[in-house]
Amino acid sequence: MRNLVLGFALTALFVIGALLSFLWTPYDHTVLEVSNKLRPPSLSHPFGTDQLGRDILSMIMVGARTSIAVAVVAVGIGMGLGVPLGLAAAARRGGWVDELIMRGNDLIFAFPSLLIAILITAVFGPSAVNAIIAIGIFNIPVFARVTRGGALSIWQQDFILAARVAGKRATRISVEHILPNIANLLIVQGTIQFSLGILAEAALSYVGLGAQPPVPSWGRMLAESQTLFMIAPHITLFPGFAIVLTVLGLNLAGDGLRDLLDPRIRRTAL
Amino acid sequence: MLRYAVTRTGSLLLSLAVASLVIFAAIEVVPGDPAAFMLGLNAQADTVAALRDELGLNASLAERYFSWILGLLKGDLGTSYTYRSPVSEIVAERLVISLPLAGYALLLTMLVAFPAGIFAASRRGSAADVLVMGGTQLGVAIPNFWFAMIMVVIFAINLRWFSAGGFPGWDAGFLAAMKALTLPAIALALPQASILARVMRSALLDTLSSDYIRTARAKGLTKGQALRRHALRNAMIPVLTILGLQFSFLLAGAIIIENVFFLPGLGRLIFQAISQRDLIVVESVVMLLVFAVILVNFLVDLAYAWVDPRLRLRT
Amino acid sequence: MKHLIMATSVVAVLSSANAVSARDVTIGLQLEPPHLDPTSAAAGAIDQVLYSNVLEGLTRFSSDGSVVPGLAESWEVSEDGVIYTFALRDGVTFHDGTSFEAADVVFSLDRARGADSTNAQKGLFANIAGVQATDSQTVVITLDQPQGAFLFNLAWGDAVIVAPESIDDIKSTPIGTGAFRFEDWKQGDSIRLTRNDDYWGTPAQLDGATFKFISDPTAAFAAMMAEDIDAFYSYPAPENLAQFEADPRFTVLAGNTEGETIMAMNNKLPPFDNKLVRQAVSHAIDRAAIIDGAMFGYGTPIGSHFAPHNPAYVDLTGNSAYDPEKAKSLLTEAGYPNGFSTTLKLPPPSYARRGGEIIAAQLRAVGIEAEISNLEWAQWLEQAFKGYDFGLTIVSHTEPMDIGIYARPGYYFQYDNIDFQKLMTEFEVENDPDKRTAILQEAQTIISEDYVNAYLFQLALTSVVNAKLQGIWADAPTQAVDLTGVSWTD
Repeated sequence: MRNLVLGFALTALFVIGALLSFLWTPYDHTVLEVSNKLRPPSLSHPFGTDQLGRDILSMIMVGARTSIAVAVVAVGIGMGLGVPLGLAAAARRGGWVDELIMRGNDLIFAFPSLLIAILITAVFGPSAVNAIIAIGIFNIPVFARVTRGGALSIWQQDFILAARVAGKRATRISVEHILPNIANLLIVQGTIQFSLGILAEAALSYVGLGAQPPVPSWGRMLAESQTLFMIAPHITLFPGFAIVLTVLGLNLAGDGLRDLLDPRIRRTAL
Repeated sequence: MLRYAVTRTGSLLLSLAVASLVIFAAIEVVPGDPAAFMLGLNAQADTVAALRDELGLNASLAERYFSWILGLLKGDLGTSYTYRSPVSEIVAERLVISLPLAGYALLLTMLVAFPAGIFAASRRGSAADVLVMGGTQLGVAIPNFWFAMIMVVIFAINLRWFSAGGFPGWDAGFLAAMKALTLPAIALALPQASILARVMRSALLDTLSSDYIRTARAKGLTKGQALRRHALRNAMIPVLTILGLQFSFLLAGAIIIENVFFLPGLGRLIFQAISQRDLIVVESVVMLLVFAVILVNFLVDLAYAWVDPRLRLRT
Repeated sequence: MKHLIMATSVVAVLSSANAVSARDVTIGLQLEPPHLDPTSAAAGAIDQVLYSNVLEGLTRFSSDGSVVPGLAESWEVSEDGVIYTFALRDGVTFHDGTSFEAADVVFSLDRARGADSTNAQKGLFANIAGVQATDSQTVVITLDQPQGAFLFNLAWGDAVIVAPESIDDIKSTPIGTGAFRFEDWKQGDSIRLTRNDDYWGTPAQLDGATFKFISDPTAAFAAMMAEDIDAFYSYPAPENLAQFEADPRFTVLAGNTEGETIMAMNNKLPPFDNKLVRQAVSHAIDRAAIIDGAMFGYGTPIGSHFAPHNPAYVDLTGNSAYDPEKAKSLLTEAGYPNGFSTTLKLPPPSYARRGGEIIAAQLRAVGIEAEISNLEWAQWLEQAFKGYDFGLTIVSHTEPMDIGIYARPGYYFQYDNIDFQKLMTEFEVENDPDKRTAILQEAQTIISEDYVNAYLFQLALTSVVNAKLQGIWADAPTQAVDLTGVSWTD
């Protein structure tokens, strides 16, 4: 419970920061003031300024937008495609559909994910959209596997048997009975993938493959600070803290949610 | 069992064939010409054409795919466009760094995760448990490349205990090599150790609450004795599974860390090969990595099926 | 008195010990060569290690960029300027012990200009009609037409002389005639050269040299500070130079390169086909802010595509002085009162990436929205350079004396001016130095006043060197780290 509150508080902090940035930021992050570069934190710039004289606090607020958007859409792609695949595999367990889906899953898992992301951007050019696609693809097998695992245990239950006897088709059973029963599982997994997505976006931007300037991105802020943080440590510390706290918040929230929801999952399952 | 092994082998081969096609297709559509990259801004069109010819890039896609696959089957990974030496030699040179690095990171992972997991499990709910688990949460949340950057400033630039980057080669001596590999190994191990410690703890708690441990406790074993004698052995199954996954991840997943520390390992090789459009290197190395993972999965599946006959039916 | 003698003898012992250990040098470089054949790749890293040190041409660049005799001791040019007769140096041997003869020159030049040549600068040899060895020490080169820059062209790293029997292994074991021989390449780490004791010229003062490849600026900083390396040639991060300057152990050399850093405009793509628009863009750019922000102050503003250290340079920066108001009114005059949108494609170097962000902000201030995309070199070559798919792009043209690219209408920025092309044809065949200077000055003015591209700054070469090391070239007339004159002062 304590985890859940702390987790939600941290997550909310960044979501609010991101939302607020649509209306207001302390400075305009698109305006450069080179003569004012690398200023340490002060009253006028609480997090200091970066190598091009931009306000780091404003950059972090707008950067939160990028991180959250990339992660949310990537999780959406993973769920949108992975959950139906997992449901189908569970409904046809042991059959060729199941085999095909699961082997396909294994195949995607076997590819080194970061490499594929690099290849995707080499083909289509670096952009936030391509980062989303690259991260999203690797979310598909995760959700397919979790869905199939959860669904298989539900399929064993008496009320499903009753539904089948009543003549309901597998698709309808999956949507009407299986899905609501594994929703909690998916929410928890979604939170975890969300936090992994934020880390992945940071890593991709760090190697230059994510959102392009002037759209701020936490990962790119870290990458650009690499040669400068010996003279101006603040430009690497603040974006780094932003990533750590957001991911930490999401993980704590995920753990808390599982603790909260798990007993109920077990109860219905038994 | 035999029938199971045969069908699984069939699907393994099919997976590999599909993987090879996907890899080849994905990499060949990457825009950019390796010959143009090598010859730079002043090159004339006929020079680029001559180089393309020399590199065998003018053959048709199908021809190149089959000559690549046939080469792979014979153990020939091709010849790098940029370096003009056999890919297998280049890979071998890089593995000399990547394998020890992955091994070192895994060793650190276990050295931290096992005691931390056992300690936390044995004091479940105590302040120490909360502290260790909080630490692991932090370990998962820190981007490891950022952690690496900070370590470089502290331990390489200010304290000068380790090198900030590069690899002097094993012939420079074990100590010099360790100076170069320690910070990258720590950076790689941090998130892995955090994950493993959590798995260890929950696996231990699961077995500790099972019936036979209760029986053992009833027979007079202390909690610590029960943990050491019985629970630990049973908890090793999920832990080893995770460790296996982590090793293959560390081998390919070190791209970013190898870039931060400028280590000439496998990950950096692929990264550079992509930017230089040294396609044959990218194709062969990715294929090699995918093959390794698929093979490991296959062996694990067979081992499970052998241990637990029920699994054979479920595929 | 006795004390003094003892003291000096101790000093003598110490310094001789130092001298022995200090006869070697370790040089840091950013990029590792892909292989070791400068005659079949554009990679500057190959020349940095091998040019003049291991491999030599008929002529060579000296530290001030002038062309001096190399393997050719002297030459005569015919009246009509098309026949060059080179007298080769006597008693020169390759590192494998074979002797250097006219046949090697014929072989090397024919290989570079042949049909299946993979020489990255094949154009340098396009004007050669024939190469003949009249005896073992004399080579006669016949040109199609007079060419003022011919001796200059022969000084390039792409024109070095190699022996036919060394070609098969040249990519891993280059064999040349230079003051150093190639010894060993630890891939991913370093290349080692040792002194060639049979060198035909003044022998090198160093026993050997190790080139260590460190592309990561943080690692370069650490290695330099720990004195693991004695000099870092072309230090990658100008932001760290202040720390080296403040440290008495080091000297920071700030020299010139041949790199004109420009923001190229696609002259065939609307609206950049309109000279007023190009002029507006040029006036919208504040070079001082770019040099300060992207290069931390290192770099010389330029107003045309010409190196400021060249004697023929004319300062034309006034043509495109920073004046956002003027830029806006020019845009209005050109029919874009509300500005327009375009693309800004940026290759990897930090001058482009940082400079690009600054320029995008400056353009935004006058109403031009430049959408940035960061590209790898391979993508940039494919899209911008080969595919003309860009509005704006930033790149540094590092080849020496390359104003001739403006006479190539198919070159990526697609400037097509018949008068300029005629002028360059005239220049090609002109042999009189004064007239050549006059033509160059006119050429600079034409492209500056045509606002072909936005001219930003001459890329500076910043090297960090151990204060006791002397003879490292401060300037880079070509991509070379010539070690033949380098020595320790202690």
